[in-house]
Amino acid sequence: MTAGIAPAEALHSPDATTRTRTEQPYLSPYLAGVGLGLVLLAAFVLVGRGLGASGAFSAVVATGVSAAAPEHAAANPAYTAHLGDGTTSPLEDWLVFEILGVTLGGALSAFLAGRFRLSIDRGPRTTDRSRLMYAFGGGIIMGLGAKLARGCTSGQALTGGALFSVGSWLFIVGAFAAGYLAAPLFRREWT
Amino acid sequence: MLANQGNGLFLALVIGVGFGWFLERGGLGNARKLAGQFYLTDLTVFKVMFSAIITAALGLFWLSRLGVVDLSQVYLPPTYILPQLAGGVVFGIGFVMGGLCPGTSCVAMASGRLDGLALVGGMLGGILLFNGLFPVLEPFYHSTPRGDFTLPMLLGIGPGTAVFFLVALGLAAFVAAARFETLRASRE
Repeated sequence: MTAGIAPAEALHSPDATTRTRTEQPYLSPYLAGVGLGLVLLAAFVLVGRGLGASGAFSAVVATGVSAAAPEHAAANPAYTAHLGDGTTSPLEDWLVFEILGVTLGGALSAFLAGRFRLSIDRGPRTTDRSRLMYAFGGGIIMGLGAKLARGCTSGQALTGGALFSVGSWLFIVGAFAAGYLAAPLFRREWT
Repeated sequence: MLANQGNGLFLALVIGVGFGWFLERGGLGNARKLAGQFYLTDLTVFKVMFSAIITAALGLFWLSRLGVVDLSQVYLPPTYILPQLAGGVVFGIGFVMGGLCPGTSCVAMASGRLDGLALVGGMLGGILLFNGLFPVLEPFYHSTPRGDFTLPMLLGIGPGTAVFFLVALGLAAFVAAARFETLRASRE
């Protein structure tokens, strides 16, 4: 276990071998996928719904805005859906607790595999600062896209994909087509 | 399905832990691995996503066939043709720019990655921006509704046939991915 604060110049790791020597290799992507599929299946069977992620972010934003500007939130239908009748916090929500679990499960898995480490993932030709700006900008664009599509890679691609929802498959096709088309613009960031 | 809200939230946490665990185990907390999908240097995203979709679709089909699950009780995301296609396009640009998606950004952050944290912040900003623009975007957001609309309904096939084609296409794509990787390795 070599977790801890790394010196700033060591934050960037050009490849997996230099990250730490004690790191376990990743699980086969097919096994990880089957595991993920079984978790999704458990959600379908036990709760009657699939997985999600962007909805939890949305609940956090609704909570913040309703606390900072309650009148603005009450007048905007984008918020009233989260706020309900106002008797329960938007944070008392299935997706919020699921995403807390995702964060916990991710930390636990990384820690046990010796992969927990303060770092920034980027290609060798860019800077940490630039990478963080692109991550923030990418997050803004994905926030817009996920709201418009009513879900992200979890709620639409995985969940709706497994349920054969036409809208979810349109989301998958749109996202990957746009990703490949836009990829040359961001080549410097990654390769 | 679960009457008790507290139990429901606890189950949400447990299911989330499983979700985060397998995302991290598969390497999906690592933005370079995710971005590699778009430069065809790492096909992990495709392999994980499609084996998960196949597993869940196949499992749900058989559990419903055996009477364990009532499919009408499983929430199906409703279809809005144009908003979901456009939302997917916008999302895809953000995906290759940010290198993580909303769920995997939480895993990246949880494994100590500052780019994951930055992306989480960006997501919150993007949602705030969308909500601010919502009065303008609302007509488009509600446009082309199709309600519960599935590929079997669109293609006029049974659910079993749809699962069969999904699995067959997935397996063919996995073989193609393996051949592509062998070819690329032999060229290097």
